[in-house]
Amino acid sequence: MAMNVSVKSLVIKLALFAFAMLGFSYAMVPIYKSACDAGWLDATRVDLSNPYANVNRNVDTSNTQVDKSRWITVEFVASTNEKMPWNFEAQQKSVRIHPGEMTNVVYDVVNTTDRETVGVAVPSYGPALAVQYFKKVECFCFTKQVMAPHEHRGMPVVFVVTPDLPKDVNTITLSYTFFEVKS
Amino acid sequence: MMSNLIKKIGGGLALAMYSMLAQAEYAINFPKPVTVIAGQIYDLHMITMWIIVGIAVVVYGAMFYSILKHRKSVGHKAANFHHNTMIEIVWTTIPLLILIGMAYPATKSVLAMRDSSNPDMTVKITGYQWKWEYDYQQEGFKFMSVLSTPRDQFELKGTAAKNENYLLEVDNPMVVPVGKKVRILLTANDVIHAWWVPTFGIKQDAIPGFIKDSWFKADKAGTYRGQCAELCGKDHGYMPIVVEVKEQADYDKWVAEQKSKSAAATQDTNKVYELAELKSIGEKVYATNCAGCHQAKGEGMAPVFPALDGSKMVKGPKQAQIDIVMNGKAGTAMSAFGKQLSDTDVAAVITYTRNAWGNHTGEAIQPSEIKASRK
Amino acid sequence: MEAVHDHGHEHHPSGIMRWVTTTNHKDIGTLYLFFSLIMFFFAGSLAMGIRAELFQPGLQFMQPNTFNQLTTMHGLIMVFGAIMPAFVGFANWQVPLMIGAPDMALPRLNNWSFWLLPMAAILLVGSFFVPGGAAAGGWTMYPPLFIQGGLSGDMTIFAVHILGISSILGSINIITTIMNMRAPGMTYMKMPLFVWTWFITAFLLVAVMPVLAGAVTMLLTDRHFDTHFFNAAGGGDPVMFQHIFWFFGHPEVYIMILPAFGIVSSIIPTFARKPLFGYASMVYATASIAILSFIVWAHHMYSVGMPTAAQLYFMYATMLIAVPTGVKVFNWIATMWEGSMTFETPMLFAIAFVALFTIGGFTGIVLAVVPVDIQLQDTYYVVAHFHYVLVSGSLFAIFAGAYYWLPKWTGHMYNETLGKWHFWLSMIGFNILFFPQHFLGLAGMPRRIPDYALQFADFNMISSIGGFMFGATQLLFVIVVIKCVRGGTKATAQVWEGADTLEWTIPSPAPYHTFATPPVIK
Repeated sequence: MAMNVSVKSLVIKLALFAFAMLGFSYAMVPIYKSACDAGWLDATRVDLSNPYANVNRNVDTSNTQVDKSRWITVEFVASTNEKMPWNFEAQQKSVRIHPGEMTNVVYDVVNTTDRETVGVAVPSYGPALAVQYFKKVECFCFTKQVMAPHEHRGMPVVFVVTPDLPKDVNTITLSYTFFEVKS
Repeated sequence: MMSNLIKKIGGGLALAMYSMLAQAEYAINFPKPVTVIAGQIYDLHMITMWIIVGIAVVVYGAMFYSILKHRKSVGHKAANFHHNTMIEIVWTTIPLLILIGMAYPATKSVLAMRDSSNPDMTVKITGYQWKWEYDYQQEGFKFMSVLSTPRDQFELKGTAAKNENYLLEVDNPMVVPVGKKVRILLTANDVIHAWWVPTFGIKQDAIPGFIKDSWFKADKAGTYRGQCAELCGKDHGYMPIVVEVKEQADYDKWVAEQKSKSAAATQDTNKVYELAELKSIGEKVYATNCAGCHQAKGEGMAPVFPALDGSKMVKGPKQAQIDIVMNGKAGTAMSAFGKQLSDTDVAAVITYTRNAWGNHTGEAIQPSEIKASRK
Repeated sequence: MEAVHDHGHEHHPSGIMRWVTTTNHKDIGTLYLFFSLIMFFFAGSLAMGIRAELFQPGLQFMQPNTFNQLTTMHGLIMVFGAIMPAFVGFANWQVPLMIGAPDMALPRLNNWSFWLLPMAAILLVGSFFVPGGAAAGGWTMYPPLFIQGGLSGDMTIFAVHILGISSILGSINIITTIMNMRAPGMTYMKMPLFVWTWFITAFLLVAVMPVLAGAVTMLLTDRHFDTHFFNAAGGGDPVMFQHIFWFFGHPEVYIMILPAFGIVSSIIPTFARKPLFGYASMVYATASIAILSFIVWAHHMYSVGMPTAAQLYFMYATMLIAVPTGVKVFNWIATMWEGSMTFETPMLFAIAFVALFTIGGFTGIVLAVVPVDIQLQDTYYVVAHFHYVLVSGSLFAIFAGAYYWLPKWTGHMYNETLGKWHFWLSMIGFNILFFPQHFLGLAGMPRRIPDYALQFADFNMISSIGGFMFGATQLLFVIVVIKCVRGGTKATAQVWEGADTLEWTIPSPAPYHTFATPPVIK
């Protein structure tokens, strides 16, 4: 009959369930990130537990087949968020390359203030799926960059677009946004 | 007396109905599409609506028939059935089949609208509180696009007659060539915005730190209007989007103009202006960029937006004011105008605030001083 | 078992202390219902401010920021202060009566969960008076915008925490009551549908309110303690908030509609004098809707730019919800079919519920289709859609339930004439208010804007007129309730000819203590 479940144990179970769901809301942070990395929810971001997952200084490009039959355009976009007082621009707005070809581009950064400023750059890709085919050998993103007052600096990015890039993609955009952070 | 009132109200309503019918283009549906995608959306919506109308006729028909016939007041006796497995299976399965039928064309459209490959050109669009920036990266120029409806038309207690395109007009529209696939890269400077032009069937959120790509290909020259579609703060309702679709030749002409304009702006930096000249440029810049918060007469809106009239900051040393205008103020709504305005505009607007209302510093700030602060 | 009996039977304090210390489910139900009525009028007056501002193009009464405060607080207070507590009030009154239990399983907890609400209400209402005014970032609290707000943002977050705790405690109590306190013979599949819908709703609440609490806590720590959950610079993502919020938010939508289904499923059989059609399929449909609600959340965010596959998945899953929802509507109509119907006020509201909620369901299907939603997302079409679901859905069901059970609660019949006036004016006002908003959305008017382009002027004016009419009409309801509490024709125990659940076997008004000895279920 109805009375055979102990009230106390039921209440405890329900309360535990509520706490578990609170835990789950925090667990959604890593779950969301892995879902993004798997390309399910949003692929414009990178794996943050390992931001250099696609940055590998030892990429052996001699083995990578350069697909000479195909041209792709890679565009470079630079933004600064909110009140970030840096001038930030790519030296080249775009390059035409073959998939598999190692490419080097430089972003110019200027701190326009009289104070030392710290920034972090966040990368993003368009179209979103490009993240899976964009391998960086050298990158300045996700590391705190400290700029002295009025310092000018060139920040390089070295990358390869892998030849398995889907055939209908012929333009890729690499975007960096610099955020000001506390030092 | 009562019946008189009813007559009046009825008459008024009838008149209102008539005037609605009279306005032939009165909108009760999506605006006329000018892209293939918007056309597909229009058709999908119509198909869905007709299916719904069909289901509604059956559902409401049964319901109202029952309400009319199966009532106690007409002497209907209640039956006592309470389930029928056959009919329950039928009315679970049929909707399922209808939905599958609807999902098919919808899926095709989704695949088409998400295909941003093979663009003819790319424009980067950045949402700011509360304006849009269009960056024609390949052509090498960019500009801000700000609401151009005069403030006295929309301000509280504003009495001026409203323009035809009230709140849907900007100073510098985005311009694109007709029949070309335009890829847009959206991002935002501060909070989330959304770029939406209904006639193009495109709406994409702009998210700070990330770029999202989308595209459109307008098939007909003309001027098309839209608005920001994600709540982005105080002036969310005042950041319209205007896209002018031009013939290729006209577009090329426009690009050339923009290029020479941006070249001129660079040279302009070395020019030395008179105080009066700077004030008159500054007044316009102020109206577009500052009056929304600091108000037309510099009185501000306490406690969030400080007054500029009589302000210690504005009447004090100029370097401090240049810094705050260029780089914004952390923790407040004051944005960094250094990346939004040209050297001349920044110089002019600072000069204006230092010499308007009750402020009489008599100082003229030159564009070269602003340029120097960018190093 | 002790929990059942340990409330003070013999003497309860009188006056204000009776209400502060009460552990009686009927008293607490009444408190919940009056609290939600007060909040309904407060949030409703905010809506009147919104409609007044939108009556004509141009700013008439308030600055844009004030307007944003009104829309934000209207949403938050209506959802958490009016609709949800009203349903909890119904649960407190009716669940024990319908399952033949003497009280809720945890009476003292019941008292606490109610008295948390006024504290949250003070925080929310009080936030209008702090520097900078109330939260203005929308009831959805999306960062980074919400993080820009002032002190009122923190007050809102704390209020949401308190409301969340209250809901969780209330739900634990309801689940425990239903699982432990049913009268002998009251098997699960004999429970009235209202009890079933609340049983499922309570599980939804326990599952998702902690998720909301987690999301707003992350907002709070992002604001003050330098965490970076939603800040891209620290490796976070503002879009993640939307995912977490809507993982709560979509079940929340059903939390606000499932008890309404339960009320309507009690009322229609009574006035059709015919058993509910497809009881078992109603239970299964409710459960399927609840389960599906966990896997469709991202349909609120098609325009953020998810991968195509994700958009397609969320579209299919969302469309699927139409199936069990359709089953419910068909069942209600089949219940009416071949009945012997009369049309007292509860039945009128219940029929209006079925008719108008169905419109909200139809527009829901339109919005499920990704390409169409891309056009309609964040427009007045969405505003119209969810008001058809929450006003002519949830609110009309609340009115229907109030008229249905008022005679049982007060011992007096309400004034049928005034009740009918309330219904017809609400029905007409509501449709004038919200139907034109579909057209506004299709024509391209974004939501949450204080001023609009001239082509939207006519429909906005019509909508505002409907709004004022609908708003003023609700005062009638207060008059009906006050009159009914004070006196009126004596109600019989049975009250309604066709009613057959347990609460109609006890006298009207329901005695302070009922079912001290469990009833026998046939």
